[in-house]
Amino acid sequence: MDSALLVHRLHFAFTVTFHYLFPQLTMGLAPLIVVLKTLALRRNDETYHQAARFWARIFGINFVLGVVTGIPMEFQFGTNWSHFSRFAGGVIGQTLGMEGMFAFFLESAFLGLFLYGEKRLSPRAHWWSAVAVFLGSWLSGFFIVATDAWMQHPVGYVKAADGSVQLSSFWALVLNPWAWWQYAHNMSGAVITGAFVMASVGAFYLLWGKFVEYGRIFVRVGVVAGLIFSVLQLFPTGDGQGRLIADNQPVTLAAMEALFASQPGAPLVLVGQPNVDERKIDNPIVIPNALSFLTYRAWKAEVKGLDAFPEDQWPSNLALLYFSYHIMVGLGTVFIAISVVAAFLLWRGKLFSSHWMLWILLLALPFPYIANTAGWITAELGRQPWLVFGLMRTADGYSKMVSAGNGMFTLLGFMGMYTVLGILFLFLVRREIEQGPGAEMGSAH
Amino acid sequence: MATLWFMIVAVMVAAYVVLDGFDLGAGVIYLGAARTPEERRSIMRAIGPVWDGNEVWLLAAGGTLFFAFPLLYASSFSGFYLPLMIVLWLLMLRGIGIELRAHMKNPVWLGFFDVVFCVSSALLTIFFGAALGNVVRGVPLGADGYFFEPLWTNFRAGSNPGILDWYTVLTGVIALVTLTAHGSLYIAVKTEGDLNRRARTVALWAWPLQILLTVAGLIATIYVRPTVLDNYKQHVTGFLIPAVVYGALALMIYAIRKGEDKTAFVGSALYIVGMLVGAAFALYPVVLPSSSDPALNLTISNTAAGQHGLTVGLTWWILGIVLALGYFTLLFRMFKGKVRVEGEGY
Repeated sequence: MDSALLVHRLHFAFTVTFHYLFPQLTMGLAPLIVVLKTLALRRNDETYHQAARFWARIFGINFVLGVVTGIPMEFQFGTNWSHFSRFAGGVIGQTLGMEGMFAFFLESAFLGLFLYGEKRLSPRAHWWSAVAVFLGSWLSGFFIVATDAWMQHPVGYVKAADGSVQLSSFWALVLNPWAWWQYAHNMSGAVITGAFVMASVGAFYLLWGKFVEYGRIFVRVGVVAGLIFSVLQLFPTGDGQGRLIADNQPVTLAAMEALFASQPGAPLVLVGQPNVDERKIDNPIVIPNALSFLTYRAWKAEVKGLDAFPEDQWPSNLALLYFSYHIMVGLGTVFIAISVVAAFLLWRGKLFSSHWMLWILLLALPFPYIANTAGWITAELGRQPWLVFGLMRTADGYSKMVSAGNGMFTLLGFMGMYTVLGILFLFLVRREIEQGPGAEMGSAH
Repeated sequence: MATLWFMIVAVMVAAYVVLDGFDLGAGVIYLGAARTPEERRSIMRAIGPVWDGNEVWLLAAGGTLFFAFPLLYASSFSGFYLPLMIVLWLLMLRGIGIELRAHMKNPVWLGFFDVVFCVSSALLTIFFGAALGNVVRGVPLGADGYFFEPLWTNFRAGSNPGILDWYTVLTGVIALVTLTAHGSLYIAVKTEGDLNRRARTVALWAWPLQILLTVAGLIATIYVRPTVLDNYKQHVTGFLIPAVVYGALALMIYAIRKGEDKTAFVGSALYIVGMLVGAAFALYPVVLPSSSDPALNLTISNTAAGQHGLTVGLTWWILGIVLALGYFTLLFRMFKGKVRVEGEGY
């Protein structure tokens, strides 16, 4: 692999992975905060107001980190991937431009009102500011996912004389089926993060024996939302996404499952390590015929393996793709199990006294982050070796004028910067959690 | 159509500089003008609710540039790779400086973020000015429309320039002084007492420098890029722009003397818009000149996106800008008036 290409890929991968740790929580928390504020208004209950304020503070810290790590993402299309931008800007410039005009303005204007305007606004107006922030963050998510979906499944374009692609149908771009399935799957994943974080903090308070009444609210809202969205994550969103891949990127499906040979009645690998050199899975534990059934709803259906495709079209990092996918699916299954048991205990009125379950909820905190990250790695590695599937290879898209040395310089700079940001973030969030809801709100600035 | 998008991008960049310019300028004078903890909080409160929205204009302008002129975006962003990355780091430091500062009352914590905020603001104004200087001066474009500029070469504005040379350092200083005055006037509008008085004093001292630098900048620009006056010679109405620039400067000093901070701030905004429009008018239809061969210039026609996309984009852009203006009117109304630090604050 050309070393400049490697550096630019790592540059984007590192900055986007770190960045997405924050928006997944803001996008996931935003609707939950609206829920808390709605309950507060409906029941006219100060506890829910305090609960919403507490999460607004966590949201605010997250949002800052999301904004400052998000700006480099928009820049990097041009700085590190300029050949791709020149090639595809006529199409994806639409979605990225709309993100700025519709989502960023909405979000940034109302965030100030939402975080710092509660005393100036009526409760109802403040509720609307929370809704506006929620809408803004979800719109932003849509435009980004629609951009990625176009790279996965290009639609609504024509090739121009200079070799670039240009928009031919706006509605095809915006209504790309890939975009809507991927968006639903992604946003559901974000709410899972929000719900599990809320439940985890609630479980912490209950186990600690402090802020107990808030702990109950957080656990209740978190577990209910966690259950709904863990199920939605599998069906219909995960299933719909999987069928799109089977239909449009069959080579990706084969690589994700490490299915080397085409076969009828293909097995689903639960555990095992892909051995690319020998074209087999080491230490496999499989469910016979299950992959055929999941893909085509027929136990004996023929599934194309990697041998059906020329090797230069195989995703270039097969092992990492395989593991990311399996980690995502495995954790998704665990989330459903945790949510079902916790929701059952909640229904029976036993959750708040079941310490073992509270411990599980507390310790589950990092796993939605891992699952969301693994999901994105699956999506992006699965598209390789293409940058725009079938149209432009990744190796042709990076900035040829930016040397590996300059790329390495800024990659290391970002690593240092993000280490500092990560430490500051953990420090401040830990402080907020320890001070708990109802603490005197410090001045905003 | 491409001309229309050129104007739209220029207006968005101007909106960004006028809006984020005042909170950048407030950052520049922050350590000097605000001496007590209360005064520092006043400045933070004056910009706190709006700075993020202001900065979004940069992202929206960048997004619009990407959409309307993909090749220009691709070429300039990769060519200005190093300074853009430094700008990103400064924007990050500044963002966390403003937002994380108030999370702890510890004086060491506050002091640290005070310095981060002030230094990053000042450096950003210089980098933005230098960036504009690079665009006016020209860059070493290749036949494929790409280039890469090192941070500096020999500090001469020749055919093999760096990001920083004597000319771009000059434009950087112009930006620093201009936005310092702009931010001071904003702080004067938003505060009372000693801080208000000191902010006005800064603007008063910056004024003669602005006059001097405006003239020096014009002479230097004509020296570096003799073709800069061509558009003005062809369209004499273009000379209205320098008239606005000098009129705005006159308005500024008149209003500062009279103590009418708001009028002075409007004058400063007009001055900034005039300077930027003047530069855009001089460049058009070139969007990124070559420092060696005019045939390699990037222009609106060889960088624009497809016709269909530009037409479709106009529809959503108009909708988006109407919404955005609505939000901003609401936001600035909610936080209008002088800031107070005692009591409840917001």
